[in-house]
Amino acid sequence: MRYLARRFLHALLLFAAATVVTFLFTALAPGNYFDEMRLNPQISPQTLTALKAHYDLDKPLVVRYLVWLESLVRGEMGYSFAYNSPVAPLLLLRARNTLLLTITSTLLAWCIALPLGVWSAEYSTQWGDRLVTGVSAILLVIPDIALALGLLMIAVHTRWFPVGGMVSVGSEALSFAARSWDLARHMFLPATLLVLTAQPILVRHIRSSVAEALEQSFVRAAEAHGIPRRRLLWRYALPAAANPLISLFGFSLGALLSGSLLIEVVTSWPGLGPFLLEAILARDLYVVIGGVLLSTLFLVTGNFIADVLLFWADPRIQTE
Amino acid sequence: MKITPYKTMALLVFLILIHALVLAAGFVSPYDPIQQDRDRPYAPPMTIHFVDAAGKFHIRPFVYLQRVRESSFDQYQDDLTTRIPLRFFPKGASYRLLGVIPATRHLFGSQDGIVNLLGTDGYGRDLFSRILYGGQVSLLAGLLATFVSLFIGVLIGGASGYFGGWVDSIAMRLAELCLALPWLYLLFGVRAFLPLLVSPLKAFLTIVVVIGALGWSRPARLVRGVALSAKERDFVRAARGFGASHSYLLRRHVLPQTKSVILTQVAILIPQYVLAEVTLSFLGLGIPEPAPSWGNLLSSLQQYSVLSSYWWMYLPALAMVPFFFGYLSLSSSLQDRPCTAKIDL
Repeated sequence: MRYLARRFLHALLLFAAATVVTFLFTALAPGNYFDEMRLNPQISPQTLTALKAHYDLDKPLVVRYLVWLESLVRGEMGYSFAYNSPVAPLLLLRARNTLLLTITSTLLAWCIALPLGVWSAEYSTQWGDRLVTGVSAILLVIPDIALALGLLMIAVHTRWFPVGGMVSVGSEALSFAARSWDLARHMFLPATLLVLTAQPILVRHIRSSVAEALEQSFVRAAEAHGIPRRRLLWRYALPAAANPLISLFGFSLGALLSGSLLIEVVTSWPGLGPFLLEAILARDLYVVIGGVLLSTLFLVTGNFIADVLLFWADPRIQTE
Repeated sequence: MKITPYKTMALLVFLILIHALVLAAGFVSPYDPIQQDRDRPYAPPMTIHFVDAAGKFHIRPFVYLQRVRESSFDQYQDDLTTRIPLRFFPKGASYRLLGVIPATRHLFGSQDGIVNLLGTDGYGRDLFSRILYGGQVSLLAGLLATFVSLFIGVLIGGASGYFGGWVDSIAMRLAELCLALPWLYLLFGVRAFLPLLVSPLKAFLTIVVVIGALGWSRPARLVRGVALSAKERDFVRAARGFGASHSYLLRRHVLPQTKSVILTQVAILIPQYVLAEVTLSFLGLGIPEPAPSWGNLLSSLQQYSVLSSYWWMYLPALAMVPFFFGYLSLSSSLQDRPCTAKIDL
């Protein structure tokens, strides 16, 4: 238990440090949201000063940080200039869309990669394995952005599935089943892209760790005892290969919010990615900070969950 | 998949060849990348012919003149009666070979008309030339950012592994923090707090420094691991016993042992950083027009009309593939090679 407590404290400290660092970066920023308003003759300098004072932009960094911490505790995460509302509800709405997409695609990616990886480790040197490793090598070489734009282009030309957005116009009027079908059709393109980009890395890791486990002497001993091959693979080799895979799974969990940024923007999925990009271009300070920190929180939590899973799965850590 | 030194050599030669192609962009490409031609927006790629419409064979390859269709601004038709023969080594737009030697000769071109092998973009700029010049920008950004990352990484990682103690703990906590922050978001965040509208050169340098400075933690951790084991090796201890100074030991004995780790990191980081530049420029946070880069060449695809009507605007994405293939295969072949120094993480 002390191990878990230590890991939890570690994660907490890491997140606290991340908030400080992100705030320090904002101190480097030349200019702010209201600078462009200075060029607007309809807004008087007095109004601008008042606005800046209202949003605490005239206070020193430490004060701003403390004010922000206070609003974090209240569950607001600061105030958005552009939307004129607390940041947290805005972020959560977008994060919900992102999670809908990424949880689906991460589940799919693992469900496909796990059998593929184990299977290709079992039959290494045969054509099936060559096919799997070959396809992953090709997918690995094509940059995400090229894959995304390529599929988008195919989608636009064939019109097989809708491009952009999350729902069709007027979908509110449809029945629940029709709405779900509409959503699934819209999700098809971004989810496929996420699965395809995750696939080669997952398959490679699973394949190499299972292959390594299969070489070990206890697996051979089990084989010599006449334990069936299937049982050998899933009950003997896979648990032995689990540790790096659990870490990888923790990383997958951590990347739920931040891993899909580019693909969300390319396929115009209304998630956190496009929202953050818009906030960057508008210099909406607290939205950017909130977005970065929310995804940091996910990364840190993902790693912590991996630690917990490792603790649960590996008795060696428990006795340490 | 056995990877032999022979294969590594072949990969290196392949990489050098495609880089030479991009490095000599001025010579290989027929036009200046920012020269506009308002009469030819979105001209499609041209096909090189040897046999003309009448079935007559010509030794000199040629393309057909493209004429704009009636009542259209971006629909072109080959004029089968007008051939534009390709010339080799013609004089054309002046450029500087490798950035220094002034020259006017190009690999190919034509005096009789315009040759846009891969078509043109919305301003009538030659896409073939833009892809080559864009490669210069994107690859250089990746290379320089890798250099920045490794410089910081080796400095911090080396010092942290060699000196240990509080230097080590502080450096490693910092590295952990950097790894905990989501990389792409952080890149965006930092870019957000820098001026948006700057000159291409300034934007280029900003991006290089930002990408490079954010990526130091992984190489630093690897270098630290090697330095940690290297300083305990007998010949290093012996040298220390003879009174060698810290800087001498680091320079001559410890850092040379990190060579193989650094080489592998180079092959891993360059494609990653090229992709970071491409992503930033694609989203309009990177290198601004009119300077070409692979990222901002692709950014026009964000418009639905371009995506649906002008497929050749997708070609810059394909241009990246051979480079990624080269670097990724190289990194995996380097990782397979038995390392001289044992790495413990």
